[in-house]
Amino acid sequence: MSDITASSKAPGLPEEWREPLIWLAILCTITALFLPLAFLAGDDGIAKPLRSPSGLCVMLIAGAIASVRFQSWLGDLLLFLSSHLTAGILLFMVPAYSGAAGWGFWLLLISSWLLAWQLVSRLSAHRLEGRLQTLLDLAIPIIFGLWLLLLWEMVVVGAGVPFVLLPPPSQIGARIAESLPLLWADFQQTFLLGVLPGYVIGCSAGFVVAVLVDKVPFLQRGLLPVGNMASALPIIGVAPIMVMWFGFGPGSKIAVVVIMIFFPMLVNTVAGFAAAGNMEKDLMRTYAASYWQTLLKLRLPNAMPFIFNALKINSTLALIGAIVAEFFGSPTVGMGFRISTEFGRLNTDLVWATIAVAALAGSTFYGLIALIERRITFWHPSARG
Amino acid sequence: MTTDAMASPSSTVRPGLLSRALSGTFLPVLVVVLGIIAIWYIAAISMNSTFQRSLDARAEATPTTIEFIESTLNQERPVLPSPHQVAENLWDTVFNKKISSKRSLVYHAGVTLAPTLLGFLMGTALGILLATIIVHVLSMEKSLMPWIITSQTIPILAIAPMVILVLDAVGIRGLLPKALISMYLSFFPITVGMVKGLRSPDKMHLDLLRTYNASSWQTFWKLRWPSSLPYLFTSMKVAIAISLIGAIIAELPTGAVAGLGARLLSGSYYGQTVLIWSALLMAAFCAAMLVALVGVADKWVRRRMGEKVEAGS
Amino acid sequence: MTEPSLKEPDSSEKSVIQIDDLSLTFETNDGPVHALSHIDLSIAEGEFVSLIGPSGCGKTTLLRVIADLERATGGTISVNGVSPEEARLHRAYGYVFQAAALYPWRTIDRNIALPLEIMGLSKKEQNSRIAKNLDLVNLTGFEKKFPWQLSGGMQQRASIARALAVEPHLLLMDEPFGALDEIVRDHLNEQLLKLWAKTNKTVVFVTHSIPEAVFLSSKIVVMSPRPGRVHDVIDCGLPRDRTLDVRETPQFLEIAHRVREGLKAGHSYDD
Repeated sequence: MSDITASSKAPGLPEEWREPLIWLAILCTITALFLPLAFLAGDDGIAKPLRSPSGLCVMLIAGAIASVRFQSWLGDLLLFLSSHLTAGILLFMVPAYSGAAGWGFWLLLISSWLLAWQLVSRLSAHRLEGRLQTLLDLAIPIIFGLWLLLLWEMVVVGAGVPFVLLPPPSQIGARIAESLPLLWADFQQTFLLGVLPGYVIGCSAGFVVAVLVDKVPFLQRGLLPVGNMASALPIIGVAPIMVMWFGFGPGSKIAVVVIMIFFPMLVNTVAGFAAAGNMEKDLMRTYAASYWQTLLKLRLPNAMPFIFNALKINSTLALIGAIVAEFFGSPTVGMGFRISTEFGRLNTDLVWATIAVAALAGSTFYGLIALIERRITFWHPSARG
Repeated sequence: MTTDAMASPSSTVRPGLLSRALSGTFLPVLVVVLGIIAIWYIAAISMNSTFQRSLDARAEATPTTIEFIESTLNQERPVLPSPHQVAENLWDTVFNKKISSKRSLVYHAGVTLAPTLLGFLMGTALGILLATIIVHVLSMEKSLMPWIITSQTIPILAIAPMVILVLDAVGIRGLLPKALISMYLSFFPITVGMVKGLRSPDKMHLDLLRTYNASSWQTFWKLRWPSSLPYLFTSMKVAIAISLIGAIIAELPTGAVAGLGARLLSGSYYGQTVLIWSALLMAAFCAAMLVALVGVADKWVRRRMGEKVEAGS
Repeated sequence: MTEPSLKEPDSSEKSVIQIDDLSLTFETNDGPVHALSHIDLSIAEGEFVSLIGPSGCGKTTLLRVIADLERATGGTISVNGVSPEEARLHRAYGYVFQAAALYPWRTIDRNIALPLEIMGLSKKEQNSRIAKNLDLVNLTGFEKKFPWQLSGGMQQRASIARALAVEPHLLLMDEPFGALDEIVRDHLNEQLLKLWAKTNKTVVFVTHSIPEAVFLSSKIVVMSPRPGRVHDVIDCGLPRDRTLDVRETPQFLEIAHRVREGLKAGHSYDD
């Protein structure tokens, strides 16, 4: 009892002021005031320090303090405005100081980032109803992702990292806009001609074999460990062989994809078929249901969560397989080809543009399957909860 | 009960043995593996026959069917080498060469395994750290977790060679860049698995520790960590396999010097299919060993924890 | 090793289930387990028979043998005058499990349609039977709900409707209310009794609750374990239109007492 009363009467700051992120941000901002924002070359060739704009500093500190004074939505808004306005102004200024940014710049960047972090933790603690909560849950990672891009841009430009090593996102974006036809052709070659057919063939083959071995428990017991083993193997290593067999065209990419995704599909489908409960199977028996009726009406629907698990894993594997297979040989088009050749030519921005397209394609593909999964396995506890 | 069981021992033992052999996994797996080898032989014969026929036509030879099949299985550079050719090559490069020799497959496997293990350890450490932060800091969970899941859908493996070259340009060479690729690939499964694992203790157990006024540090070590171990080992099996794949792929752009990936690449440059297949089988063997090793550690830890639980209760 | 079981004299009514000297032995790694040993039992049409006993006495196994979910290793059994397998192939009975076992991806009406689809009935016939049986268990209006949107008691009622939809003369129920709380259970017991009175089906009901068995049954079969055997068969003469209040009557208490004594005598307290 005495402990509790003692701790509640602890001296020091009131509860709402105990925000380490806020204090750190204020400290950074004040320090930034006395440090140069950047060194600009004067007429005489000597770099002259540029003072940090005090307006920005005042705005940051005001935002930080206001957010503590107003614990409501108003505080969140002020926090959002002060951190993102500062970041925006810094982003606007940074091209002028490319490679010449001083400590003042970095400290201001850090303190605006700290305030954004504080905003995210405040938003995370909010509890809203229904749709608004969904929107908030979407907004939080978006803010996080935007800041990743922002920091990438500022660090690369501000510190003057050679673009060949790591181009800033803005340049990658510009490159994407510039070379849309090229990227589209690569996407067609790799994704539409390689990944998709391979995905459909591989997944269907795994499923069909799972249905075929379902009637032979002996084969099943043999195939399951082998399949599980095969899922852990570096199957991607067959890529050079497939390129030898099927040539540089999409055929070899399809073959690699099929081989890579066959076993995950087989193993998951077999496991899904086996997952039907004893009581449910007995129920079908009391109805004198045939093997196919039991399969269609009980075991297949019941296996859907497992099957979709494989479909999701395979969507990622398929894209990797097709791109890596292109490293071993491809016509002069395709995402893997683009990545390897443009890197050789030091066109790093085009390499990154291709990677961005691959990432977008990969996550869209995955997201699409996850969406279908939600529609079909709506009844599963993991989807309901 | 016991008298009943002893009354008819012979009738239970005989079907028991047979059904045990049928219900176990050893025999079925053996049959499946033998089946795969048989299919391999048949495929080798059919795929190599075109080239063999043109060889025979040029030599104006008229071999019997047996001779023809024999020669399809023993070509210099077959489309699909037969299992015994690959086995011979494996035996030769594993046992008949000095380990330090560049012709030894053990040497190449070692070159690949070093970054695999280093990357795996770094990835596991990073994954556990991230999962711990995510479980304890709400804002990190909300902002980081969606990105961790999204990043798994991005074909990171496909850009691994490029990351290697970028690091090379900055001056990071040797073991570390390859290990970094492996780490990058292996921390995802660990993070996702550990977040699940650290969250796995049920509410009742957490409430019990709350009644003891346990600190979150104590809750972590006494409850969350032990109950997350099964999840950790499951994701470690995935992580170590993917870590090996990362190390192999990471070797592709370094100019094919050493390592299993380099063997694959040089084999495909020079059309030496036997070399590719033996490197592939070696990689498969390494993967199986690594996963088995994690499995052994898993069993060992489980047994120890099981004993502890029994002693405590 | 076996108690002399009371053999039911052949009643004037037609016997639906006839069991003679039935035994079932499971072969396990630890040797054979005698789940059922020399069971004799006869169940007449329209009876409500409860199988009661401690766990391991084989009451569920006996029900599963009747349903052809297990095969006997000795003795004879006939259901509707034919073997259990033939009876099953003719969909002669409806089976209700310990849990509702409704398919979570089907709505309640689709769940009840499941056996009807398997039997190949027309859509029209299916719909009329769904409506009729949902009404019978008071679930009209819940057709389009998914099972996980209903309470445990409602789920079990839906599963009873599913069993009835086959329109069997025989209803086999394996501790259908075991997982429900006392109040819901009482309510469902009352409903089941009304249903039985209305439809005049033969019911075989497995339970481990004495009040439930006495309240519902026209005949109680007391079983005992190791090996599973029939210890006693008790006829209850409670009026057919009874309500829950009957549980306060001396007649009820007397039957319950006899069941309890039977359970005690058959139970070996060696574990």
